[in-house]
Amino acid sequence: MLNSYLLTTLRYDPELCNRCGKCTEVCPHAVFKANGRAIDLARPAACMECGACQLNCPTGAITVDSGVGCAGAMIRAALTRKTEATCG
Amino acid sequence: MSGVESFTTETRVRQMTSDTGLAERWDHTLARLGYKRNDHRVEPGIYALGAPGPDSPVFVTSNYTLSFDALRSALAGIDGYILALDTKGINVWCAAGKGTFGTDELVNRIDVTGLRQVVRHRVLIVPQLGAPGIAAHEVKKRSGFKIEYGPVRASDLPGYLQNRKATPEMRRVHFGLADRTVLIPVEAVAALPVLIVATAVAFIFGGLLVAAAAASAILAGISLFAIVLPWLPTRDFSTKGFILGFAVELPFALAVLFSGPSVWEWTKLLQAASFLLILPPITAYLALNFTGSTTFTSRSGVKREIYRYIPIMAATFSIGILVTIANAVVKIWGGI
Repeated sequence: MLNSYLLTTLRYDPELCNRCGKCTEVCPHAVFKANGRAIDLARPAACMECGACQLNCPTGAITVDSGVGCAGAMIRAALTRKTEATCG
Repeated sequence: MSGVESFTTETRVRQMTSDTGLAERWDHTLARLGYKRNDHRVEPGIYALGAPGPDSPVFVTSNYTLSFDALRSALAGIDGYILALDTKGINVWCAAGKGTFGTDELVNRIDVTGLRQVVRHRVLIVPQLGAPGIAAHEVKKRSGFKIEYGPVRASDLPGYLQNRKATPEMRRVHFGLADRTVLIPVEAVAALPVLIVATAVAFIFGGLLVAAAAASAILAGISLFAIVLPWLPTRDFSTKGFILGFAVELPFALAVLFSGPSVWEWTKLLQAASFLLILPPITAYLALNFTGSTTFTSRSGVKREIYRYIPIMAATFSIGILVTIANAVVKIWGGI
């Protein structure tokens, strides 16, 4: 209940994966893991939604919502009902 | 390939060393204190380290002095080139998130600097944390250069360069005590005006103890929180902040209750309650904002925290204000 970080917007479609392994190279939290024959989502809850995997997947097998994660910017956006700005 | 290859009449390669000393430490300290935050830059372009030749490796980085200096000091004794991208003085990770340490800038910088005339090979070593901004397959298509993602930390480069392979540990980001502590100065400097004003207002309206209580709530949020973060219960930063704030304010509440022979006086109970209602939400709010400085909180999670806990912070704070007003009324009625 007191863990807001269990679910993320990370989505991985193994059907589209060409096993290039770029996701395992760029992820700072070892979310993806090669198991010899395929790539698995080993630690999905560890995803911080940085978007490196999405950008470097040549087949589009990975999507994630990787916008600004700064609390200040999101609070301001929520209060002013505007689209989010960066904090600087 | 991207458009027309631009011709530079002179490919400028600046000579650079791996040495860093007093001047660099001074510059880094100012940066860490938030002084002229965007002005700690080097000129974008190619830098030669040691005595590189046409087959020497090329390392890409941002033009933020801390990034640039971390890279070149890690490459002591190695002959190579550094390609500094124009990220407007922002570090690799943040610039990658914004897109300035990006595919377009990298492809453009390769063209504008004439890197193709400097090295024979077509490989670039890019820091792993630049990946949120760089689409490796697109860089290859547009510039002919292949991207190798190097380790997260520049200090792991010598090990990486042995066989151009990163161990799993080189690819992991952590957020240890040193990483957290080094963020405190810039948080403190940013919060200083609020800290001074809040403490002064608290002193004027409530006296020394109230001022100390207010100051400690803010100080806990901007400094103590970063240090004890992993040891506070619960996963959410807001709840961690509430717990820390409550723990920090409890001594002040108890000091009020035990300041005299009788504990069960209305004014003392109301004042103790107001400490515990007004101040922990402030610490919690500061803690929530610290999520942006970490390397592991997801955007979805922070959003959830905002919608879950901001209303609770506002409600608790408001009730605390009402209790303070009630306390003032009780005092006036009692002729105290």
